[in-house]
Amino acid sequence: MLIYALKRCGLAVLVAVVVSALAFLLLRASGDVAIALAGEGARSEDIENIRRLYGLDRPLIVQYLDWAAKMAQGNFGTSLYFKTDVSALVLDKLPVSAWLALYSLIFALGLSLPLGVLAALYPNSWVDRLCLALAVVGQALPSFFFALILIILFAVTWRLLPVSGSDTWAHYVMPTIVLGYYIAPAIMRLVRAGMIEVLASDYVRTARAKGLSSRSVVLKHALRNALVPVVALSAVQLGFLLGGSVVIETVFALDGIGYLAYQSITHKDLPVTQAIVTLLSVVYVGLTLLADLANAWLDPRIRVGGGS
Amino acid sequence: MIAVRAALAALVLSASVVAPALADKKGNSVRFLYDQVVENVDPFMNNVRIGVIIGQQVWDTLIYRDPKSGEYKGQLATAWKWVDDKTLEVELRKGVKFHNGQAFSADDVVYTLNFVVKPESKVTTRENVAWIDRAEKVDDYKVRIHLKAPFPAAIEYLAGPVVIHPHEYYAKVGPAGMNEKPVGSGPYRITEHAVGKYVRMERNPDYFKDSPKGQPKIEKVEIRFIPDRQTQVAEMMAGGADMIMNVALDQAQQMKVVPHLQIVSGETMRIVFLHLDTRETTTAPPLRELKVRQAISHAIDRDAMVKQLVGEGARVLHTVCFPAQFGCSDEAAPRYKYDPAKAKALLAEAGFPNGFDVDIFAYRERNQTEAMIGYLRAVGIRANLRFMQYAAMRELNRAGKSAMMHQTWGSFSVNDVSASTPVYYKFGPDDVSRDPEVRDLLQTGDSSIDGNVRKAAYRRALGLIAERAYSLPLYSLTTYYAANKDLTFIAYPDELPRFWEMSYK
Repeated sequence: MLIYALKRCGLAVLVAVVVSALAFLLLRASGDVAIALAGEGARSEDIENIRRLYGLDRPLIVQYLDWAAKMAQGNFGTSLYFKTDVSALVLDKLPVSAWLALYSLIFALGLSLPLGVLAALYPNSWVDRLCLALAVVGQALPSFFFALILIILFAVTWRLLPVSGSDTWAHYVMPTIVLGYYIAPAIMRLVRAGMIEVLASDYVRTARAKGLSSRSVVLKHALRNALVPVVALSAVQLGFLLGGSVVIETVFALDGIGYLAYQSITHKDLPVTQAIVTLLSVVYVGLTLLADLANAWLDPRIRVGGGS
Repeated sequence: MIAVRAALAALVLSASVVAPALADKKGNSVRFLYDQVVENVDPFMNNVRIGVIIGQQVWDTLIYRDPKSGEYKGQLATAWKWVDDKTLEVELRKGVKFHNGQAFSADDVVYTLNFVVKPESKVTTRENVAWIDRAEKVDDYKVRIHLKAPFPAAIEYLAGPVVIHPHEYYAKVGPAGMNEKPVGSGPYRITEHAVGKYVRMERNPDYFKDSPKGQPKIEKVEIRFIPDRQTQVAEMMAGGADMIMNVALDQAQQMKVVPHLQIVSGETMRIVFLHLDTRETTTAPPLRELKVRQAISHAIDRDAMVKQLVGEGARVLHTVCFPAQFGCSDEAAPRYKYDPAKAKALLAEAGFPNGFDVDIFAYRERNQTEAMIGYLRAVGIRANLRFMQYAAMRELNRAGKSAMMHQTWGSFSVNDVSASTPVYYKFGPDDVSRDPEVRDLLQTGDSSIDGNVRKAAYRRALGLIAERAYSLPLYSLTTYYAANKDLTFIAYPDELPRFWEMSYK
């Protein structure tokens, strides 16, 4: 297990470094940084001054190493638009997005696990078809549309929940439902497929033959094995949730990372954009690493190079 | 997409007709929603509308322009006079206190002005202070403001964006500290500022009695940042807010039937015009021909656009300035009537009987751009929409890569032509015509002290711009406010809600 873990860690670090380099290069390709920094009404002398001041006239590799070194020490620079420390800004907005991502994943799992198991227990029946329909609707429904419908029903008409903001737990209910419902279908279908495969396997037949209760067979023996791909997917989905919720954060006025990323892009706030891209990549890589390790722990065959 | 939104809006509105209003009348507070976040509430460090709004509630200026009469009154100043062309002597009011208890005096004026003119201070809106050379203390309640060059609009700027900070506090904390814990002398003081989320203000009980702003009645104001306009409307419906502005025309019309809301429309100082690059380096050479530009001017039905797309209170413009601004006149400007046949004829005369292709750039009110594209295509000008963020469009413009732009300008609510026309016609970075005759006339207008000389110069410059059709002035924009029915407020053309004047019935 240890060798496997070390190999995976090494790979993760390599991926993170490559992604950060890519992010660095791509952002610079989007326009002249000095012009963005110099701002409105700048003359060419001002722009040249800025270029020298920020070291933008040095070779790219030097700029990258300098940035990477500072980043390793936690110094992400100063936001061009907010004019405050980038790390402080990001840390301020991160909790909202992190909690939303976590709640959404829990909601999605809470929705998709039972539905997936149910669909697998009665394949090709009306139960199965209903679960499939629910899944398809979730994937086809645009999230902003669903969000607005929920707002109309729960906030405006029935006055049960607040429309926007992030002050209390009640503010997170609708965003969680929207975001969670969006990722639930993929998980549900994976659970269903995995369960069907596992339920047809020999050891499950053995368990049934031994006389174990249906519940024990399904939950203890079958589900645990069917969960392997689900764990991997959930980890990846968590990364997506953390970074991809711009629309939800905009509609519900949640002041999170997604909205900060959108603002920094529109205002050409390079340090913030770089920091967010790097942060999300590292989180993604970390989550994938965790998923790999968790799967290896669950299914020893993976550690040795085989698959399930 | 638009149909979906319209249907949703209809659903929302029909749903809320049944629901009762939840006004915050009892708490005597106003919850105001705005979409764009203000990055720093220090009025010198942002250039968003909400920054201007917060600036006027929390800080005071030396001079105050009465929005109803247009008269200049003393606010932090009691009197002022021009000692010479470039020196303004200002007498200051005694007995004014800042929110932190510090007494107001000449030191505050001197420090604030000298700080903002320094390039190292990196003030965001340099045009608002670029005319100041330095401030000099004469005694504790008298200062002299020295200008770089004669600038008659100085009074207007001192009555608008140039607020006064407390010198000791500002010297200690700077703009960053001012953003976290703002201190001004205005009718409201900020109790909490969560950047990007909300700004909470409460009435300043010690606001000086002689202020022309009057005493505030509303106890608390909360400004919340909600980026999505639909969400703002939903909040109004659900009773979670008391006022929003910039409501879209179609939604405003639908919201009129909701019993607990009032819809108020107001003209704004924002002018809209089709800006054309006529230089040798233009990416659309046909625009260099006068007849082509005249054709464009005849091709667009501005009256229809105002009626159908813009809203009540908007008016068609014939020159590139807002009519109420000092010096704005369309007397010398030709009138281009909507006449597509004439447009086609002019294009043919100019050598384009089959029209030509051009990219049209825009960053807001996309439906208006699309309407214009329709009109242009009808006469053979195949306009192709390039819709983008304002910053991106500005960069292209300054690089000479956008020949036709659907441009708007709010003049920062400054009531003087020097804040509008010269931005686009005085050889600045946004001037894509570069006509020296126009530039010289504008320079005369900007720097003469005699009001009549200024008016005459501006009238001639504006006339020339219209004759040469460097751009097509379109109309002024209106904005719709949606507010709680019981809230009394006035919608001024400077798009500045004055919370200190508001009250509940």
